[in-house]
Amino acid sequence: MAVARPNPPNSYRAGPDEGGHFGIYGGRFVAETLMPLVLAVERAYNDAKADPAFKAEFDDLMRDYVGRPSPLYFAARLTEHLGGAKIYFKRDELNHTGAHKINNCIGQILLARRMGKKRIIAETGAGQHGVATATVAARFGLPCVIYMGEIDIERQKPNVFRMRLLGAEVRAVKSGSRTLKDAMNEALRDWVANVEDTFYIIGTVAGPHPYPTLVRDFQSVIGIEAKAQILEKEGRLPDSLVACIGGGSNAMGLFHPFLDDATVDFYAVEAAGLGLDTEKHAASIAKGRPGVLHGNRTYLLQDDDGQIIEAHSISAGLDYPGIGPEHAWLHDIGRVNYVSATDAEALAAFELCAKLEGILPALEPAHALAHVRRMAPGLPRDHLLVMNMCGRGDKDIFTVAEALGMPL
Amino acid sequence: MGRIARRFAALKAENRAGLVTFLTAGDPDPAISLEILKGLPKAGADIIELGMPFSDPMADGPAIQAASLRALAAGGSMKQTLALVRAFRAGDAATPIILMGYFNPVYSYGVDRFITDALAAGVDGLIMVDLPPEEDAELCLPAKKAGLTFVRLATPTTDDERLPKVLHNGSGFIYYVSIAGVTGTAAPDVGRVAAAIARIRRHSDLPIAVGFGIRNPEQASAVARAADAVVVGSALVAEIAAAPTPAAAPAQVLDLVKRLAEGVRDARKITAE
Repeated sequence: MAVARPNPPNSYRAGPDEGGHFGIYGGRFVAETLMPLVLAVERAYNDAKADPAFKAEFDDLMRDYVGRPSPLYFAARLTEHLGGAKIYFKRDELNHTGAHKINNCIGQILLARRMGKKRIIAETGAGQHGVATATVAARFGLPCVIYMGEIDIERQKPNVFRMRLLGAEVRAVKSGSRTLKDAMNEALRDWVANVEDTFYIIGTVAGPHPYPTLVRDFQSVIGIEAKAQILEKEGRLPDSLVACIGGGSNAMGLFHPFLDDATVDFYAVEAAGLGLDTEKHAASIAKGRPGVLHGNRTYLLQDDDGQIIEAHSISAGLDYPGIGPEHAWLHDIGRVNYVSATDAEALAAFELCAKLEGILPALEPAHALAHVRRMAPGLPRDHLLVMNMCGRGDKDIFTVAEALGMPL
Repeated sequence: MGRIARRFAALKAENRAGLVTFLTAGDPDPAISLEILKGLPKAGADIIELGMPFSDPMADGPAIQAASLRALAAGGSMKQTLALVRAFRAGDAATPIILMGYFNPVYSYGVDRFITDALAAGVDGLIMVDLPPEEDAELCLPAKKAGLTFVRLATPTTDDERLPKVLHNGSGFIYYVSIAGVTGTAAPDVGRVAAAIARIRRHSDLPIAVGFGIRNPEQASAVARAADAVVVGSALVAEIAAAPTPAAAPAQVLDLVKRLAEGVRDARKITAE
């Protein structure tokens, strides 16, 4: 559905408004039982932001526990191979637990502790957010329940085992499509029943306000570092930033600090699954329309009656029928380009990266890489491109082996 | 005076609480669903809540989730829900009907079109699970302006400070959610419910209906001593799920409605004795 394009704002970084809206997107569409809690999270987050001790502890854990800053790495052989833009990887796959998800979890567990909450819950798709949540829950000594779709449990066994080793209880979600959206429904049901003592660590820039904002802010460490690093290495801002999007937290983290830099272009890569012309994809911007789910208004894959359609992607982390509300707004106003890559393109990019750079990317950033592969050759050699390598591919080797027909 | 206000006035005159029954529209299929609906007033339902099926009912427990999926699998849609209301209304001009559900199917249908078509079909009011007062501009205000009742949900987490905000744009009656949780799971503590009702009455003159977790005539009777109405949903849709054949569902559901209605009607007699 085409949405009327408003005039460009003075700043692309001013949102959301008081009600948590980015344009028409966002908001707080939750049951009344949760509303007082959602408001309490907002108050606690505003207090935390104003407290230097909160930031100091966050920064400390980022450095000594997560291993930040993550390097900005010049991918020389991939650049040579593609013969165009100069390609850098922001190496968030080198973080503790192997993805960008830990950045947000550190922020939220500090917030949970500040609020005096005694129990942690989370949803997970690929298992990266579940592992990151289980990790911080262990680190802070809080019991933790992770909701995960039955289908995702099957295709992400190593991460399920990791969560259990970390002391988390992994609850299989058997309702609906048994993937990420249903895991989120089930986590919300748990939260409603345990409002007093439980903190819900949402894994992406979605959910009721203030989650899209606080997740973005915690993930912005990616873009803040990348900006300083590229200025140091190249003496100027990049020309393009590329990141994959499911809910969109790694993309928002990389993009947000650059949004007001007029010379920078942004490419967010949705999962096109078996193809946008099939029914098996997860491209909510390309093929969805605005709707309300999981506490916010955003682009959703849905049928004519407003029933949510199951998403598909080879990457469990992108397999979600919506997208963060700030992305929906950035799409409508045209600040970010939303493109897509298929399962097959992501797999080919995965193999290419392994062989040329000695890096196994997660299947999620393999989608971003597939777009880099498409765009880089047509760009001049002095075009600076930064791609967020937001996760490592160890967790995906079984899926890749099966897709390539290579028995382990 | 609309149907909802008339019904509560009549209940007051009879000095008894009302029974509000929840069923999902089109569950298990449109024909059986209509048959059940038509039988509800005679079985003792005072107000009918009709769920608009949704693929992702976040505030509902397993029974109502399953009801939603059964209805959708049988071709359920907003159009069909409104058609069911029209068909019911053709034979019953008095029983209030309230549509209950999640915002996305309404938003997708189009808010203005939904309000117009719902009124034309004979809908009296709305209960929207995921539209707290913070989102009143979306549907509550235009619906009320057009003449629909907008029933507000108050919960154990709605404290005295927040209660006025929750009640502000509400009308018809207040739906008190008796447990912090999803539908059809834990049983409410009658003492706590009575205290909550007393607390809400200090803020509002609207009748108070209590729901979530009430499954049998005994519980319904206990809650009916303090509340103006008792809502039962999960236990009724569970009867549809348990019926050996879809055709057997109406008798099973209506039998439970009848027993619940007796429980509700006996509540204050017992107190009086």
